[in-house]
Amino acid sequence: MELFKNTNYDFLGKKWPFIIASLVLTVAGFASILMQGGLKFGIDFKGGTLMTVKFAQKPPIEKIRSAFSRSGLIKGEVTVQNFTDPQTQNEIEIGTELVNEKQLAANRQAMEEVLAVTFAQPGSGKLDLNGASKDTLAARLRDPLAAAGVPMAEPQLQKLVADILDYRDTPPRSGLIADFSQLSSLPGANAGIMSTLKQECYLAPYTVKKTEMVGPKVGAELRNKAVLATLYALAGMLAYIAFRFEWIYGLAAVIAVFHDTLITIGLFSIFHEEISMTVIAALLTLVGYSMNDTIVIFDRIRENLKIMRREPLESLMNKSVNQTLSRTIMSAGLTFLTVVALFIWGGPVLHTFSFALVCGITVGTYSSVFIASPIVLFWHNYTDGRKRSAPVLAAAARTDASRKSPSKAAR
Amino acid sequence: MKNNLTARTVVIVVTIVICVFGIIDFPKSGADLVKNFKSNIRLGLDLKGGTHLVLEIQVQDAVKADADQTAERLKEDLKKQNVAWNSMDTPDVAHVEDAENVAIAIKGIPATQSSAFRGLLSERYPNYILTALNSTDYSMKLKPTDLNDLKVDTVKRAVDTIGNRIDQLGLAEKSVQQYGKAGSKYEVLVQLPGVDDPARAKELIGTAAVLEICDVKEGPFQSREAALAQKSGILPLGTRLVRSKPRGTQEGEQWYLLAKMPVITGREMRNARPGQDEFRKWETNFSLSQDGGRRFGRYTEANIGNKLAVVLDSQIVSVATIQSKIEDSGRITGLGSEEESVDLSRYLRSGSLPAGVVYNEERSIGPSLGADSIHQGIVAGIAGLLAVITVMLVYYKRSGVNAVLALGLNTIILLAAVSYFHAVLTLPGIAGIILTIGMAVDSNVLIFERIREELRTGKSVIAAVDNGFSKAWWTIVDTHVTTVVSCAFLFLFGEGPVRGFAVTLVIGLIANVFTAVFVSKTIFDYELAGRRQLTELSI
Repeated sequence: MELFKNTNYDFLGKKWPFIIASLVLTVAGFASILMQGGLKFGIDFKGGTLMTVKFAQKPPIEKIRSAFSRSGLIKGEVTVQNFTDPQTQNEIEIGTELVNEKQLAANRQAMEEVLAVTFAQPGSGKLDLNGASKDTLAARLRDPLAAAGVPMAEPQLQKLVADILDYRDTPPRSGLIADFSQLSSLPGANAGIMSTLKQECYLAPYTVKKTEMVGPKVGAELRNKAVLATLYALAGMLAYIAFRFEWIYGLAAVIAVFHDTLITIGLFSIFHEEISMTVIAALLTLVGYSMNDTIVIFDRIRENLKIMRREPLESLMNKSVNQTLSRTIMSAGLTFLTVVALFIWGGPVLHTFSFALVCGITVGTYSSVFIASPIVLFWHNYTDGRKRSAPVLAAAARTDASRKSPSKAAR
Repeated sequence: MKNNLTARTVVIVVTIVICVFGIIDFPKSGADLVKNFKSNIRLGLDLKGGTHLVLEIQVQDAVKADADQTAERLKEDLKKQNVAWNSMDTPDVAHVEDAENVAIAIKGIPATQSSAFRGLLSERYPNYILTALNSTDYSMKLKPTDLNDLKVDTVKRAVDTIGNRIDQLGLAEKSVQQYGKAGSKYEVLVQLPGVDDPARAKELIGTAAVLEICDVKEGPFQSREAALAQKSGILPLGTRLVRSKPRGTQEGEQWYLLAKMPVITGREMRNARPGQDEFRKWETNFSLSQDGGRRFGRYTEANIGNKLAVVLDSQIVSVATIQSKIEDSGRITGLGSEEESVDLSRYLRSGSLPAGVVYNEERSIGPSLGADSIHQGIVAGIAGLLAVITVMLVYYKRSGVNAVLALGLNTIILLAAVSYFHAVLTLPGIAGIILTIGMAVDSNVLIFERIREELRTGKSVIAAVDNGFSKAWWTIVDTHVTTVVSCAFLFLFGEGPVRGFAVTLVIGLIANVFTAVFVSKTIFDYELAGRRQLTELSI
């Protein structure tokens, strides 16, 4: 089965519609960013506190919001919103804004307290099983178990506690036990243990799955690192490609990659997705991937320059693109499949990461064909027009190729 | 190339065996397999649950403490030399950046004694710089090199103490390390994988735990104001007012008037253990050093019937009446719970922090989120893998099998490398593995498309295959190098999860060069061995 045998599309002849489409998308991205007053940064770059809380039932958002605004403990604005991901249910995110480090730590403490006061039973004297750690549960159960006629040696107790908590934490419970009867299926759970559990513990309707707190110093550092990493990576690649091909090819590849990154960030803004450190990782991967694509085409162009000495540059580039079309589409398609799998099944943590890759791979493939090659073409036409001399394509120590440019391409 | 087909096959088989061993050792049963796998592949914080903390050591505290001590010494020295002075003061500094502004302000040295004063300073306090503010007032600061030494030393001691405290949590893998440039940054990175009670861990790490046992002069008072009122607004020389640590059920506050200089401090503590008294109430047993024991013995002997207070971080944790002479071992009673007693003994054993800490960053992942993430990662991985395998088989038919085998080997090598290098697998790392599948197959596509082209120009199968591989080689190298360059920078500038991603992607790509070219070619050669006349290839 072969989809792209001997194709002969005139890619470079029809470059204008695609260049215009790129410009439109870029402008749309910028417009979206401007309209929303900047990019939506995740906690890595924005700072503040973020707590992900899972509820047993549909979370009462209004009740939570009013509990937080009534409590005077937290300085600054508090946002409460639903976690929008099809795989997670009944999860919300509570965020506070960026303040100085000491206040941030105090806020974080206060968030837990407000939740406990509103939904848990802190005064009942019982231990919340959904929020307990191994040590506290073991300490709590040790004596009552003995009193209930089920005395346990220490290793036995540790194993029981570990079993209970593992059961609680694995999916589908995922941290929340709704009813004590669920525990009776555990191995070794006899009546004495169950009654002690019910006597010493209760089940709060929520559990805190994740807490993140980023102070202003760390936030600034992370922003710095993200920018530096991107700039250095681009510079490194420009150097490598300029070394392997001609410098204009390096520049064209970098411009194409830059175009990809801009459009992807614009899409993030249009779809209201957050930018975090893992998104930067995705963007850098995308940079590498887009370079790949572009290099494959440039490689073929270089090869053809050696064999098709009399061919005008534009038609030679067309031939090169057509020859590599099969590989380009297949490769992009397969990588796209894996990334789409990540997007659909990868879960909320990888959501923005896989979104960046899904957009990026699409745009990256398209840019290698419709942006990178035309730039080289423009440049050569321009220099030919000015100098009327042969452009030289040097490729490291391996080969040299020189060709005369026909006067036709000079205009 | 064809003659060493056997050699190449051996290399491949040996690689497979080494890698499989690296991942699962030699399992004796199904459960063993899972256990070995889990212990060989280290999971990152975001998959295992745990806490990642960046704390900043408030070095200015240590600088101020040094200044305070120096001021006390200076007062005594001035008295001995009969030099008069009005006041000596060290203002507080709130921020780390202001540490170099800590200075002792000395006011009221008579102009006639200024040379005696300067002489004393240059002789007894060579580490300090004296600046004259006017004819009678001076400002005294540490020399910059000494200041720097003090700051660096403070951070080092803090790292050691925090390390000691964390050791006592009994975690299998943990790390405490200095973070950022020493000398200009005072941050410490603490990683506690598997900790499921971050609040308690933070308390354990961050409490300064300055312990003092002081003589109680008067008390209890209901509030600070009541105490001051009783003493007509002025505290007697050498005393201070300290609050009692509030207990859950207690109403109101309790303040005591204590002697300023403690009888013994945490430095004299040798050991501490939690225990229970005859009423099953929790207490901490401690033992003192020889010197401390002697001093404590003299004090308790002279003060039977009086009260002493145990002060932790400027709050009284317990007040006890001295029943008899206590020499080198004693008990701190009146603790609320087992946890309090265990924690207190930990603080006493590991020593006190030389300066306060402020948390700059915290990421705590609960164990349930980790389990969720692993589950989702595996599902996505399997889905992606199946999709890719299907497409390769349908599009490239029999040759697709080669690609799938190479892909399988690639994944095994990747996992083995993660195991052998003790790299940490994070959720983005799993994404990196999934991405490697997609990008690895790209190399195969490059080669196969080339082979197809060669076949179209009418070459024989063997020649087409050889040409396909050799022509595609440099392109494969080029494409891999660029992504590796990207990942190198990601590794340098990234942290934790992002690093995990960079590592798995780089290893995957490097392994890919091996599997897509060497292994794939070997499989082709194997099939085509001795069939020189073949004109058709299932590709």
